Amino acid sequence: MLSLKVFRLGYRTGAIVCITYALIAGLCLTLPNMGGNMAQTSRNVFYHIPMWFTMYLLMGISVIQSILYLKTGNLNNDVRASAASQTGIYFGLMGLSTGIIWSRVTWRELIPSNDFAAWWSWDPKLTLVVVALSVYIAYFLLRSNIEEPGQKARISAVYNIFAAASLLPLTLLLPRLLGGLHPGGEEGNPLDNVKLAAEFRVIFYPAVLGFLCLGLWLFELNVRSRMLSNPTHES
Amino acid sequence: MFTEIRVLMKLEFQTEWKNKYALNGILFYTFCMVFLVSLSLSRQVNPAIWNALFWIILMFSAVNAVARSFLGSPPGIRFYLFTICSASSLIISRILYHSLLMILMGGITLVGYCFFSGNPVQDLPMYLACVALGGMGFASTLTLISGIAASAGGNASLMALLGFPVLIPLLNVLIRSSRIALDGLDRTLIYSELGFLSGLILLSGTLSYLLFPYLWRE
Repeated sequence: MLSLKVFRLGYRTGAIVCITYALIAGLCLTLPNMGGNMAQTSRNVFYHIPMWFTMYLLMGISVIQSILYLKTGNLNNDVRASAASQTGIYFGLMGLSTGIIWSRVTWRELIPSNDFAAWWSWDPKLTLVVVALSVYIAYFLLRSNIEEPGQKARISAVYNIFAAASLLPLTLLLPRLLGGLHPGGEEGNPLDNVKLAAEFRVIFYPAVLGFLCLGLWLFELNVRSRMLSNPTHES
Repeated sequence: MFTEIRVLMKLEFQTEWKNKYALNGILFYTFCMVFLVSLSLSRQVNPAIWNALFWIILMFSAVNAVARSFLGSPPGIRFYLFTICSASSLIISRILYHSLLMILMGGITLVGYCFFSGNPVQDLPMYLACVALGGMGFASTLTLISGIAASAGGNASLMALLGFPVLIPLLNVLIRSSRIALDGLDRTLIYSELGFLSGLILLSGTLSYLLFPYLWRE
């Protein structure tokens, strides 16, 4: 149990230190000018991208916990799976909103705000994220439809694995096939990770680490509050 | 295992043939959708819209057709199948059966749709290949979803809710690749798309095969 305590202390400290650093350094330091509309908005790279990494981490945890549930039949795994996907949804929504605001001020500066094209672009990654989020909304609808805990855990684990595994190749492949505003596509994005300047990297990597730690922390709190509200699951 | 699958498929065909009401219901549903869409288009055919609407019709009839797989059958049948065969051969036979059904439905829908709102397809063999792969794709994803919805004690609307998020990406790939056939572009362009589609079908088929036994144990 000691190692778990050390691990928890590690990610809590990591979250506080790294996010404080990323907020102060990312917003206050002078950074190389990326040119054009990217000049100052490029600072969003420290906050927008870590959200996605954290979402993928949490959804990965959720799928792994679902697989473990099917293997072991331990209801704690099911509590962790649903807690991880719930926390992941919040990070996904944060990533989506930061992305929408970023693209609005960067690529669609000239479009008036009352035109919907200013807010939503049919970028493939955006589309896929909406699909991924709708999978998890369907997952929670399914859960709320079943009463018996064991059955709820088993059926929703099957759906979680099936949906996540059939979306995975698409999230990885489709944006690369279709191009779009994000790095890796044909049009490309000025903020390609490979070309990311050293001044960015010293803030970007700690920011990613910090948000991943924050994701784990929120996940832990979510699991603990669920365990408390349903003591039968405690082991 | 193979004999089991063959016998189960034969059983599916026989039940379907005996109980023509369900099959006729699906055919009528599809006919109404095709007619309604064609009426709304009123012969002003834009290839992109024609294509998108065709796939949306097919998706809705697929959800309705495959929903009957586990949802429609009375509880007695479920216990009967549970005692006589293994879960993996049941899911494979159901996927194969629904693939055939959906390929047939896709062909019928295409003929009806062309009859009512014209045929802008320029590379018909490749378009038919897309329809066939699309039918298999719908079948391989929706059969497991139907099993999930049935185990959840749900209804057809739960099936639709669970199915749509998983179908959106498949539908996106289908619309994109069939658009290439529709415009009669170079065939080398479409081969990679069809390969990608086959990969998706294989993936969801394998996942169904692996996951269904967990669903089927009661």
